Amino acid sequence: MGLFIARRIGKGVVVLLAIVVLNFFLIRLAPGDPALVMAGEAGAADEVFVAQLREKFALDQPLPRQLASYVRNIVGLDLGYSVRQQMPVATLIGDRLPATLLLTGTAFLISLALGVLFGALAARRAGSLADTAITGVALLFYATPLFWVSLMAIIVFSVRLDWLPSFGFETVGAGYAGLARAADIAHHLVLPAMTLGLFFMAVYVRMTRASMLEVMGLDFVKTARAKGLAEGVIQRRHVLRNALLPVVTLAGLQAGTLVGGAVLTETVFAWPGIGRLMYEALLQRDYNLLLGVFVVSSGMVLVFNLVTDVVYRVVDPRIEAAR
Amino acid sequence: MIRHVVTGCALVLALSGAAAAQAPRAGGVANAVIQPEPPGLMLGLLQNGPTQMVAGNIYEGLLRYDDALKPLPGLAESWSVSPDGRTYTFTLAKGVTWHDGKPFGADDVLFSIEFLKQNHARARGNMAKVASVTAPDSGTVVFTLSEPFGPFLGVFEVGSLPMIPRHLYEGTDPKTNPANNSPVGTGPYMFKEWKKGSYIRLVRNPRYHVAGKPYLDEIYWHVIPDAAARAVAFETGKVDILPGGSVENFDVPRLSKLKGACVTGKGWEFFGPHSWLWLNNRKGPTASKAFRQAVSYAIDRDFARDVVWNGLGKPATGPISSATRYHNAALAGYAYDPAKAKALLKQAGYKGETVRLLPLPYGETWQRWGEAVRQNLEDVGIRTELVATDVAGWNQKTADWDYDIAFTYLYQYGDPALGVARNYISSQITKGSPWNNVEGYANPAVDAAFAEGAAAVGDDRRQAIYDGVQKTLIEDAPVAWLLELQFPTITRCTVRDLVTTGIGVNDGFRDAWIER
Repeated sequence: MGLFIARRIGKGVVVLLAIVVLNFFLIRLAPGDPALVMAGEAGAADEVFVAQLREKFALDQPLPRQLASYVRNIVGLDLGYSVRQQMPVATLIGDRLPATLLLTGTAFLISLALGVLFGALAARRAGSLADTAITGVALLFYATPLFWVSLMAIIVFSVRLDWLPSFGFETVGAGYAGLARAADIAHHLVLPAMTLGLFFMAVYVRMTRASMLEVMGLDFVKTARAKGLAEGVIQRRHVLRNALLPVVTLAGLQAGTLVGGAVLTETVFAWPGIGRLMYEALLQRDYNLLLGVFVVSSGMVLVFNLVTDVVYRVVDPRIEAAR
Repeated sequence: MIRHVVTGCALVLALSGAAAAQAPRAGGVANAVIQPEPPGLMLGLLQNGPTQMVAGNIYEGLLRYDDALKPLPGLAESWSVSPDGRTYTFTLAKGVTWHDGKPFGADDVLFSIEFLKQNHARARGNMAKVASVTAPDSGTVVFTLSEPFGPFLGVFEVGSLPMIPRHLYEGTDPKTNPANNSPVGTGPYMFKEWKKGSYIRLVRNPRYHVAGKPYLDEIYWHVIPDAAARAVAFETGKVDILPGGSVENFDVPRLSKLKGACVTGKGWEFFGPHSWLWLNNRKGPTASKAFRQAVSYAIDRDFARDVVWNGLGKPATGPISSATRYHNAALAGYAYDPAKAKALLKQAGYKGETVRLLPLPYGETWQRWGEAVRQNLEDVGIRTELVATDVAGWNQKTADWDYDIAFTYLYQYGDPALGVARNYISSQITKGSPWNNVEGYANPAVDAAFAEGAAAVGDDRRQAIYDGVQKTLIEDAPVAWLLELQFPTITRCTVRDLVTTGIGVNDGFRDAWIER
């Protein structure tokens, strides 16, 4: 196991460096550069102004040199400086990370818990009215554009009913502390986390249901039934546990993207997360910041892939044995 | 004069009776929206819209301007101009201190001029005719010009010439100065806190140099990236101030009908936002004057105003906005006349080449306008293809002249010499800026007239020169003028005296108070 993890980490570092180099060129393929964007925003610019900005952003340097200095910084665990925001990239990302993890993590747990629960219920009564209702509703949430569901949720729960706040991370200027602040943040979290969670839920419902139906037909389930085990025990210990593997795969993939944030949800609910930071950096061609977000989120994908592989071995010991 | 939109609040005003006579009350918190989140708040280094809007509370200029663009006292309490138009003397307000308690004086003004000439593109241009700036004493500043410059008294507003604290910036590298992240000015509100992605918080400056002002305790600028969510935030009472341009235009009628909502179109006179289509004068069908005139006749400006902009704005008749000095109202410009457009296209020898149309990537309203103009052009037989871009791509394409027809809008800063000449004189034909003579129009007579107009002394002389320029430009149709835009500011009616100058919300909340 130790050797396995070490080998995977080694591979991960190589992949990460490849991602850095690729992204470095990729974002420079987009038309425009940060200097031109800032000059554009000023509504008045002359050549001196644009040249000054290019110098400030180190864009006047030859491309290979820009790449070399960027890679050198990354290797030294330095994500660089956002000239536009006048702050180190690591600070900017660090500021946004907790909000994003709170949102995507909560949504992840909601989707996983509800998805597996409803998927198992649907599988148990496959073909029944309950099954149709569960898969139908789940698909509806999946198929409806996320921003539309979010806006409708705002109109119903914020504008009409006035139960939940429509934007932000917490009540600005309220001066809450401790538990009161946590409650306030939770209050703000409900709408974005629910809409995002319901969106992801559909996949888990379908996956759990399909996988359980498959397992239910296998011989060991018949054996369990023949032994006279209670139906609940069979479903939980024999069917669900064996059906979970594809769900874990999926959850692992999704967990990796948690750090990348959820651009649409964060935008509609004005949630101060990484997704928005990345999207704005993209529009503003803030190269260092954009690359920084890419590096952090691809690093997370690699880490979660590794974690998934380890979890496999816990959920299903046969994988370790088969190696 | 920009049309005033005042709906919704008439009733409230009538009910509150003595409201007009009511004296301002101190205290309260203002919640406003800022969109997009500014890159920073150091007004001497950054000149984009959101930075100006927030930092207009923190920094100040020597002068302010009313809605007819007449100068008002700012950091200068009085000023005088010599008869030959070459010496400008400013007497500074007394007892002014920076937010950190250090006194403000003439040496700060001298330092700011030099600082801005290095770092502020517009200030560099505005100060080009200044031969020397001196401070005979700590309360007086004298500008001596190398030749008269007509618009000079109009360049001292906070966004054009903000005063920078010498004691914090002298001898430092302005790009990395830590003061950039906690800006210090002389303005009515002080920077307190910036939670990136969430809000910017300003607090009252207790040492402000105008007695009794400002009135508010705090201002929160909320960062809400989605236009629909900004509208909802106002509807649900979480924010009370939507500065011009912060919601989509089709939401304006709905929001202004809400109970207790007030709307004003004022506060943009200094900027005079003027929209037009860049027409590439260098190549393709748009190189022909008859074709360009045809484009101008083909566009239905009233439809654009009534449908796309929900009745806000005014058809633009020529290069100079009616909010800007020396606009000639007698010149009618181009009316909507598809038949004439078709005739001109025939005359231009247009053979149906596809023309690329680049809309402004500034949201839904502009997208719809792009589609409306495309329809107008197709109707008279111009084959038009819409090109999709984002802001950076749009900047790149227009700055590199890689377009046939492109939407834009620009500020005029109150005077043709400041905000109009740059788009038509041939010395401004340089790649790399989306705001200069992007269309590539070159006419020695127009170059000479703009130079003469800037240097002429006396309003009548200048009016005569600019009348001639407007006539020539309208005839040559180097671009197709569209609308004088209007960006209504929507507020709760209890927010009073927010917009009191021609610079509007960008001038800071120094007079604003909340009725309770």
